[in-house]
Amino acid sequence: MHLDHPDAYPHRHTYSAAHPLRGDGSRRALRIGLGGPVGSGKTATVAALCRELRDRVSIAVVTNDIYTREDAEFLLRNAVLPPERITAVETGACPHTAIRDDISANLEAVEDLEEAVGPLDLILVESGGDNLTATFSKGLVDAQIFVIDVAGGDDIPRKGGPGVTTADLLVVNKTDLAPYVGADLEGMARDAKAQRGDLPVAFTSLAAEGGVGPVADWVRAQLAAWTAGPR
Amino acid sequence: MAVGEAIPPTASRAALLVLADGRFPAGGHAHSGGAEAAVKAGRVRDAGTLEAFCRGRLHTAGLTAAGLAAAAAAGLDPLALDEAADARTPSPALRAAARRLGRQLTRAVRATWPSPELDALAAARPRGAHQPIVLGLAARAAGLTPLDAAYAAVYESVSGPATAVVRLLGLDPFDATGVLARLAPELDAVAARAADAARGGLDALPAGAAPLLDIMAEVHAAWPVRLFAT
Repeated sequence: MHLDHPDAYPHRHTYSAAHPLRGDGSRRALRIGLGGPVGSGKTATVAALCRELRDRVSIAVVTNDIYTREDAEFLLRNAVLPPERITAVETGACPHTAIRDDISANLEAVEDLEEAVGPLDLILVESGGDNLTATFSKGLVDAQIFVIDVAGGDDIPRKGGPGVTTADLLVVNKTDLAPYVGADLEGMARDAKAQRGDLPVAFTSLAAEGGVGPVADWVRAQLAAWTAGPR
Repeated sequence: MAVGEAIPPTASRAALLVLADGRFPAGGHAHSGGAEAAVKAGRVRDAGTLEAFCRGRLHTAGLTAAGLAAAAAAGLDPLALDEAADARTPSPALRAAARRLGRQLTRAVRATWPSPELDALAAARPRGAHQPIVLGLAARAAGLTPLDAAYAAVYESVSGPATAVVRLLGLDPFDATGVLARLAPELDAVAARAADAARGGLDALPAGAAPLLDIMAEVHAAWPVRLFAT
């Protein structure tokens, strides 16, 4: 609905973060957020997704490190994307603020990436490692992935919280470690189902060849749905 | 009221509370206003040293920002004010930060109090104008006075460091808020002085500077590990 006078503030809609169209009427890049606790494998998931998808999909990444540029530098060092496609946002000791309560710096990073490297298909916005309540603003991303791991405790799905309960995809990473940390994968799946209903859960082991496959398939499905959306 | 019609001045004093709220989503939470560097150097250690730091910042950078904000709210040419802000900001790191924050504030204000004046400034300075000038135009668009704009600027000049020091030192938040309360009469005086100066036009604007803040901002910008952007 456009209730404003059509000519009053012609730029206004280009500043609505959630608006799916660019100024020229084409669909902007799909934005997917990745959040989750420290050490669960967010950056490794981003790196694996870039390697898996970059030949077919034009990708860029925004990282939200807590106090360093380590995540951005990890991605650069591993050369998963050219440096001009990776941007780090500084978050003032509060990573969840930068992805939820005050998204202005992240929106700028997203727009600068599109401006600098041309039309993109997909922008991955990685949160700094944070607590179980951290979720992304709908004004910043179109869909979000929450990454936990079996070594962080197999009771996390049962405990729930906004990330586990509402994320569009829940990733349970490091399944290869389950025997060593005594994690009950079937119990985690059952608890996740109870918390999330029909929302999907992917069990991954990024250490294995093609381990990011289930997440990449989900991202491809999101991209297909996004591209087919109304213009 | 028709779209685009100016809101009469003093229509909403509460708009000042919205604009000056530390939760206004314009990027301020990532900045410590020099407090992180001062904490690392041992100059801010407790509530007393935080108060001294805030007082110094208020009467230098705070006064200068408030003059620019009041002038923009009074309707002085924003592009001339932007040059005046550059001339008053010797540190390249702080110039870059002021423009980045100005761009973030522009985004928030175009969604909250849209105005053709701000659209024009955004078109002329797509990478961001100095934050106090955007703040002044925001106040203007919200129907606030130049003095209100000066208040928003002076409060921000001390509330940012106080909040940051709570995070950096684990300082008791009641003590940090007590510092702000004790500074309130000085905030009144500095805001009034800035608004007075703005009535004298561009050349009468304050040009207070704190060399240590400028030098430490350059040092801080080169740190490989830091919690805040400035």
